[in-house]
Amino acid sequence: MSDPIIKIQNMNKWFGDFQVLKNINLEVEANKKIVVCGPSGSGKSTLIRCINRLEEHQEGDIIVDGNELSEKTKDIEKIRAEVGMVFQQFNLFPHLSILDNCTLAPIWVKKMPKKEAQELALDQLKKVQIDDQANKFPGQLSGGQQQRCAIARALCMQPKIMLFDEPTSALDPEMIKEVLDAMVSLAKGGMTMIVVTHEMGFAKEVADEVIFMDEGMIIEKADTKEFFANPKSDRTKLFLSQIL
Amino acid sequence: MIQTINFLKPNRDNIKNYSIIGTFLVLVSLIDVISNAFLKINLTSFLPGSLTTLFPLIIGLIGLNMMRIDYSGNKKLDLLNKNINTNNFNALLTLLILFSIIKALPQSLSWMIFDATISGDSKDACTGTGACWTYIKVWFRRFMYGMYPNEFHWRINTAFILVIALGFVGYFMKENLKKYLALYYVIIYPVIAYLVIYYLISGGSFGLQWVETGAWGGLSLTFIVSFFCLIFCFPLGMIFALGRRSNLPVIKYISICYIEFWRGVPLITVLFMSSVMFPMFLPEDFFMDKLVRVIIAITLFEAAYCAEVIRGGLQSLPRGQYDAAKSLGMGYWKMHIFVILPQALKLVIPGIANTFLALVKDTPLIFVVGLAELAGMLALAKTNPKWLGFAMEGYIFASIVFWIICYAMSKYSYNLEAKYKTER
Repeated sequence: MSDPIIKIQNMNKWFGDFQVLKNINLEVEANKKIVVCGPSGSGKSTLIRCINRLEEHQEGDIIVDGNELSEKTKDIEKIRAEVGMVFQQFNLFPHLSILDNCTLAPIWVKKMPKKEAQELALDQLKKVQIDDQANKFPGQLSGGQQQRCAIARALCMQPKIMLFDEPTSALDPEMIKEVLDAMVSLAKGGMTMIVVTHEMGFAKEVADEVIFMDEGMIIEKADTKEFFANPKSDRTKLFLSQIL
Repeated sequence: MIQTINFLKPNRDNIKNYSIIGTFLVLVSLIDVISNAFLKINLTSFLPGSLTTLFPLIIGLIGLNMMRIDYSGNKKLDLLNKNINTNNFNALLTLLILFSIIKALPQSLSWMIFDATISGDSKDACTGTGACWTYIKVWFRRFMYGMYPNEFHWRINTAFILVIALGFVGYFMKENLKKYLALYYVIIYPVIAYLVIYYLISGGSFGLQWVETGAWGGLSLTFIVSFFCLIFCFPLGMIFALGRRSNLPVIKYISICYIEFWRGVPLITVLFMSSVMFPMFLPEDFFMDKLVRVIIAITLFEAAYCAEVIRGGLQSLPRGQYDAAKSLGMGYWKMHIFVILPQALKLVIPGIANTFLALVKDTPLIFVVGLAELAGMLALAKTNPKWLGFAMEGYIFASIVFWIICYAMSKYSYNLEAKYKTER
């Protein structure tokens, strides 16, 4: 068994007086796919935002790829460059074309030559099947296309880990499928993924483990088959009965 | 009874009759006012007293009322009704404004054009009742160049042409140099412009005679002051806008203090301080020209306003943009230069244009420290014993010049807005 690529120990986080994450312990091995589910307000998004330190945690340790995240972390940008993230609201840069959205970070953060970055970007855009839209602006694309572009943009940094924060929640039902397809093929390519989602079909298909969270705590963590076939806690059962 | 009312009320069925009668009545009222104003003929003198004066108003109101047909199907009529004839009160306002303009037109036209004088080169030429444009003609060079010696005016012109030409360099820059564009405009261009203006207009070397800044003036001084203040206050404002949003308390509070200090004092006191108080604190052998001090003072003052405008733009960006940039591994500067500022600055173009227009229109204030730009030269000229009594012409001239400058600036800002508009 290899060393976990993400290791979270006894992590606590507060927003002011309100404790959003309570005593989180989580280990993710390389190439594993984890799906995090749970009702809204349960801290799922906050948890994965802590993994690339878009949110700061107050207690406990988070170790990503051997680097501990804390106030003392000097090169947080270097760690973030290795952790790709896809957001619910896509967050593409509206003033840049699709291609420029994808090449911006490789060129300026990884110091990649422009030509190489463009080839890489077109390659990634092709994998999510929007290479024909490369010169358009985000505002001209549909939600599903924008989200696939966001996935390509994150992949252009060639990250070791991908975080997905409810990537399909802001999409029409028709567009959800195209985004999920892109994520499934990414998963089959062996990427380490942590996905916050309500798409249980996706979880069943690709996840190695499913985590159920409620009120800032990890209620249940189990292998995917076990999780759906034989949930242990009553809260999980209730959640699954409502969502399935 | 109801039928009578329906008959009186204009609608789509009787549109033809009503719109024709209505148009006719409005035309009658206009003809009455026009003949009254231009030809001094009272067409309605047969009517008793006050009715004569009110006649066009009453007739016009009835006419507009008859024309007010909802959804008439006639595009021009609908446009008219929607904009200036929505109800009786608006119709009244429309007529009053129209009549006032017509009434005022003959007098102003004859004063400005028909009875005006432009020939001759002394006050004696102006004998008519109209405006004396001779005054402007004779003083024109002073209004443009101040007390700058006449034989050296070419130096100012050349310097301005050079500075403008250098400003257009960005358009012709090669693609692979485009990334240095911001650097060019923020640092290199101001320095070159300063050197051009220093060596050409000030002189003192290359065989050019030294002309002290006290002699500079007129519109050229307006341009010089506005130009330097504009190009310096914008980057400075940007720095303070970012500083005010910084997580580092020292930078944050310095920025807040700076912005609140400069926004809290009137520009006129700042100018006095810069010219009267400031030199007292300088070492004896250290000399800084008054014009430079004034430009620095206005720049610092306007930077505070720019900072707040830009901060507004920064705050209007969704947090997701910051998250996305950070998650791609961008640090503070990369995130701001490539993601945040391009979007924020685009949003604040109208606000920045506002600040810049205010700056240009504030430049006449430098008269209080003895620098006479366009409005300042007017103030000097109108007290010249040979040319007393032509303040009006001077101020009209200055208004037109300032209006042209400001209108050009605001047009340019609209163009910029359109150019950088992308769908969000």
